[in-house]
Amino acid sequence: MFTYTIRRLLIAIPTLLVISLIIFLVVTLAPSDPTANLPLSIPSEVRAQMREALGLNEPILVRYLLWLRQFFLYEPLHMLDQAFGLSLAGEDMQRILSWQTRSPVADLIVQRLPQTLWVVGTSYVVGVLIALPIGIVSAYRQYSWFDQIGTFVSMVGFSVPTFFTGVLLIVIFSVHLGWFPSIYDTTLRVTDLSTFWLQIKQMIMPVAVLALYNAAQISRFMRASMLDNLNQDYVRTARAKGMTERVVVLLHVLRNSMIPVVTVIALGVPTVFGGAIITEQVFKVNGIGQLLIIAIQGGDVPTVQTLTFIFAVLIVLFNLIADVLYGLLDPRIRYD
Amino acid sequence: MPDGASPILEVQGLQTVFRTRGGDIHAVNSVDFHLQPGELLGVVGESGSGKSVTMMSLIGLLPSPPAEVRAGTVRFGGDDLLRMPARQLRDIRGARIGFVFQDPMTSLNPVFPVGFQIMEPLRKHMGLDRAAARRRAQELLELVGIPDAARRLGDFPHQFSGGMRQRVMIAMALACDPEVLIADEPTTALDVTIQAQILVLMKDLRERLGMAVIWITHDLGVIAGIADRVMVMYGGQVVEQAPVKALFARPQHPYTRALLQTVPHVTGARADRLKVIEGQPPVLSGPPRACPFRARCPHAFETCARANPARVAVGPDHDAACFWDVDRGAPRHV
Repeated sequence: MFTYTIRRLLIAIPTLLVISLIIFLVVTLAPSDPTANLPLSIPSEVRAQMREALGLNEPILVRYLLWLRQFFLYEPLHMLDQAFGLSLAGEDMQRILSWQTRSPVADLIVQRLPQTLWVVGTSYVVGVLIALPIGIVSAYRQYSWFDQIGTFVSMVGFSVPTFFTGVLLIVIFSVHLGWFPSIYDTTLRVTDLSTFWLQIKQMIMPVAVLALYNAAQISRFMRASMLDNLNQDYVRTARAKGMTERVVVLLHVLRNSMIPVVTVIALGVPTVFGGAIITEQVFKVNGIGQLLIIAIQGGDVPTVQTLTFIFAVLIVLFNLIADVLYGLLDPRIRYD
Repeated sequence: MPDGASPILEVQGLQTVFRTRGGDIHAVNSVDFHLQPGELLGVVGESGSGKSVTMMSLIGLLPSPPAEVRAGTVRFGGDDLLRMPARQLRDIRGARIGFVFQDPMTSLNPVFPVGFQIMEPLRKHMGLDRAAARRRAQELLELVGIPDAARRLGDFPHQFSGGMRQRVMIAMALACDPEVLIADEPTTALDVTIQAQILVLMKDLRERLGMAVIWITHDLGVIAGIADRVMVMYGGQVVEQAPVKALFARPQHPYTRALLQTVPHVTGARADRLKVIEGQPPVLSGPPRACPFRARCPHAFETCARANPARVAVGPDHDAACFWDVDRGAPRHV
């Protein structure tokens, strides 16, 4: 298992390099202009100077290599400096700067990650916690009213887009009932019980919207996996041994059914870091997803490039984690 | 086997129906049989004759829906298994009645070590603690002839061969010293040399432990070698029942006779073709009103289409459900 993991990590390096090149080409070759959002009163020679200052006149390959050097060498050094008060990074080692804000992209990410992790991460956990029992009961009582309702809700959650459910919740709970705020307030500091309650209140709606979506997917998966296993011969064996239904279902069947479900859950984790672009926009959560969409709109190549590449790293990493988990959960699988 | 001793298991009028979209399938129709303590009862019949369904109905192992046990009584140790609360029945399953299934490849849970799976009934039914259950599980593996038992307790099913897995299944079924062991085609999925090993093992275990065994199979050779008494099933009912010697010496039901004729002989002239019973087994879409075998029976006559024959005594502890008396070559007067 260990050598397998090491081998997979080594294979990940060329994979990620290719991914970074493709992302770079897509982002760079897209017809966008970083000066397009600036006031029209700025003359075109000034704009040309700005583009030159941003390094846009260099050949694409050179720009790509410069970005690679910044991402893999300069940024880690700067981070070490910040973390431990060292001075490893030289004066000339420029960080990856956002074209829009002129601040390092890493700082932007650090500012926005907590909101995303709180809202999207909570919704993922809540979604999984709701989905698993629903999937188990739906499968065990297949075609019962519980299963029928579960299927219906899953289909709704899966097929109705979050920009609809989000706005619907805002109309009902913010506009008409006035229970929850429609805008997520990042400046809120949780210091006591009342601010904690405010934080809960502003999180409820975005979390609910995303949790419904996640739960819809995972519960269907859980149900299908349980159904696959409930008809297996070993289930009959467990019953023939006189095991209670609780042991049969929650130990024998569930342990087998969880193998593919855990994999799916692990594969979904990178989307948490990626933020929820639409939901964050709807509820004005200034998280990673919102950062990405603003950067795309502003033609902010370094930000888009860096964010997208971090997502790619997370996806590759969690693919590996999913495979390792599969091997840990299923004794029949040996990676040697 | 001693006649007259009170049976350990007595089944009367068992009727099991599968409710499907296409209508009810009457898989088991008023089956009566009994099992003496320490006896080995062979149950034979072709696929779909209701052998497995009968045995699974006894201890409530059929999924319901679609299965439904409509009628009958199953006397076991003074209680009726069919009218017992689920909880009480669970205490009997795996403790006093053990079950060995056909396919050892799929009948063990792939994600738990075999030791855990053998210890489960020990801990539940006998209340053993982990250490005691482990010792007993090791004894059981040794009993069924698995070498290096202590170490193999921690192995997973996929680390065993088919024959070894079936030994594990048997160890599991024997865990709590059951009074009755139901073996549902335990050797069918194994190759012939392994079959022989399992048969020898079962014979040996039965002599040592003295439990009664119900052995379901469609292999008459196995039955001849192992059974005390044989029950032949066809179309969801018992068509003949006899001590093993009597059944092979003078089979009374045309189906039994046909079944025996299909067994190819190693000695003697080789026939051009293997013998088969012509025709198809009946579709059991309704309760039987006529003899289920009449369409394939060489002796069928008009009475066979009018009524379903009851089992009549044709010898000592020997009965057959047929209107035709094969000894006289004429209809039987009942």
